[in-house]
Amino acid sequence: MEKRVTFNERWLPYLLVAPQMVITIVFFFWPSAQMLFQSVVVEDAFGGNTKFVWFENFTSLLKEPAYYDSVRVTLVFSFLVAAVGLALSLLLAVMADRIIRGASAYKTILVWPYAVAPAVAGVLWGFLFNPSVGTVSWLLHGIGIDFNYVTNGNQALILIVIAAVWNQVSYNFLFFLAGLQSIPKSLIEAAAIDGAGPGRRFWDIAFPLLSPTGFFLLVVNIIYAFFGTFGVVASLTQGGPGQATNILVYKVWNDGFRGQDLGGSSAQSVILMLVVILLTVVQFRFIERRVHY
Amino acid sequence: MSRILLSSVAAVAVMASAHGAAAQTEIQFWHAMGGNLGDTVNELAAGFNASQKEYKVTAVYKGSYTETLTAAIAAFRAKQAPHIVQVFEVGTANMMAAKGAIYPVYQVMADAKEPFDPKAYIGPVYGYYSTTDGKLLSMPFNSSTPVLYWNKELLQKAGLDPNKPPTTWDELGEMAGKVVAAGGKCGFTPQWQTWTMIENYGAWHDLPFATKANGFGGTDIELKFNDQPRIKHIQRLADWSKDKRFVYGGREGKSDSLFNGGECAFRVGSSGSAAGAEKALGKDKVGIGMMPYDPAVRPKPQNSIIGGATLWVLQGKPKAEYAGVAKFMTYLSSTPVQAKWHQDTGYVPITLAAARATEDAGFYKANPGRDVAVKELTLNPPTDNSKGLRIGNFVQIRDVVDEELESVWSGKKDAKTALDEAVKRGNELLRKFEAANK
Repeated sequence: MEKRVTFNERWLPYLLVAPQMVITIVFFFWPSAQMLFQSVVVEDAFGGNTKFVWFENFTSLLKEPAYYDSVRVTLVFSFLVAAVGLALSLLLAVMADRIIRGASAYKTILVWPYAVAPAVAGVLWGFLFNPSVGTVSWLLHGIGIDFNYVTNGNQALILIVIAAVWNQVSYNFLFFLAGLQSIPKSLIEAAAIDGAGPGRRFWDIAFPLLSPTGFFLLVVNIIYAFFGTFGVVASLTQGGPGQATNILVYKVWNDGFRGQDLGGSSAQSVILMLVVILLTVVQFRFIERRVHY
Repeated sequence: MSRILLSSVAAVAVMASAHGAAAQTEIQFWHAMGGNLGDTVNELAAGFNASQKEYKVTAVYKGSYTETLTAAIAAFRAKQAPHIVQVFEVGTANMMAAKGAIYPVYQVMADAKEPFDPKAYIGPVYGYYSTTDGKLLSMPFNSSTPVLYWNKELLQKAGLDPNKPPTTWDELGEMAGKVVAAGGKCGFTPQWQTWTMIENYGAWHDLPFATKANGFGGTDIELKFNDQPRIKHIQRLADWSKDKRFVYGGREGKSDSLFNGGECAFRVGSSGSAAGAEKALGKDKVGIGMMPYDPAVRPKPQNSIIGGATLWVLQGKPKAEYAGVAKFMTYLSSTPVQAKWHQDTGYVPITLAAARATEDAGFYKANPGRDVAVKELTLNPPTDNSKGLRIGNFVQIRDVVDEELESVWSGKKDAKTALDEAVKRGNELLRKFEAANK
């Protein structure tokens, strides 16, 4: 039997949904429509001299080697942020789960970084690793590593991965911890009685039962790496040195607002939107089926 | 009760309309000058407001140059634009191209019948922002030019005469070598590397940045800065970086911490950074002089070009209000205002009279080196290569050059490959600009 909630008044459901619809239309559909329009025209910065150019913005974008560099950097960056972020937070969650005394203090401290805005996180890490006045780079110099993210592209990429992961690890940690705590104790105990060690218990029981949480976090982390890390890049490296940290979302902003090239910038946004739609569909359609619920 | 309410509303309405008739016309002025500079801008606006009764200039700080420009563009599209907006020099070509949006300053002045004498302005300052036939498009506001800074203490430590700066790049290299040999961490670092090491290196040696008089003659131009002298110069800096005679500190003003922190002995940077350096290192520790040059390229330096920002007037306001804009422009160019602006901030004065007034007041004697910027700008009558730059999509082109230079500093490319690539990528951006503005 299907359970249905019905309203006596016809207008009530529409009224209840209206605020959300208004917000979605004003803040999502309207800008998206503008973006689609901008991506097929060229105009001067002030919106005059508008010319319809079909897909010229896209073709000139796809001819640009810098765009492919940016795609490559984004893929590497997103992979690192998601992989390192998930592994690290799972480790922390497992360890926090075992702590008996002072557990809440550890948890509070681990959750703390999430309260820091990405831009602030960027400034913070930039200061620690500043080539001339940074404490960490001074220590690294002591052990013979010349850390200079201003000129070294790989080091700059490492630095923004560190800052981005640090900012996101708390979020992942919370979900993993909640996941671990919702695993029935009886299962773990039964395995222990059968002679399974802690490692075995984790890999054979806890890990598969965590997979829905892990899958959800994977989606969230990839989206975070694609879009949420703008602040870190903008405050730390501005895409440099060279184009070593010029991730797609930063390039969209840089071309659009610094370069005043709204057409090219919108074309990039359209592609980015398609990529995200595709990514989400793929993940929910194919990967979700294999996840053990 | 309601009667009383109604009559009081009516009274307020009458008062409001009476007030409206006598009210001043408000002139909106959006700028990007934060901190101390912002205070000085507010003083300027207050000075203008006190000088007459008809108009009231409201100065609003809108964030960085980019943020201010973006805000003005968004406001213009929403028909809420300010009368005046401050735009950085690299945005000049893009502003010019926005024909329906801008109201050229020469026309504002002519329409308001406001007296205006182009000859009163300093050549390279005026020239950068005027058409090829000498009509001023935007009012120069804060202009600076690169000068050589040196740290007297570090020179002394290396056994060098702290009052004898290098005049050529080879001398600078030698002296930087001695500084490093004496235990110094850094010989030389540039600020705003593309502006100082490519654009101004070119003007200083009378080399073109782009064809058609650096873009003043049209939008169908090609970049030209991958010439032998500049390849040699960039390669020389890259070679110096091996023994710390050259240290790269980041884009734009990010290298300030290297010089102001006392690590680097020499810096080529904006004349507007003088106050900051003197504050950080002590006034008697900082030397300010003319940029070095390469005698093999040109026996004597030509003249430097400016950076900074100008005030653009935007269209779309009632005609009568632009008379107030014209009056404000005249006020800004007046000698006492310019002299004060120059002395307080370190930006160059935009008029010759203001430079003279500053000299007569004994300011340069008390602050040695503050006159270098004007001297560099007026060293010789500007040529096609040293008048200024009028490059479309310049913000992006500067980013491209920054990226390519960084690939030289990190050792990924040699100077020739990087500059050739920068020119190629820059030309693509120019073609895009040309196509969009046909």
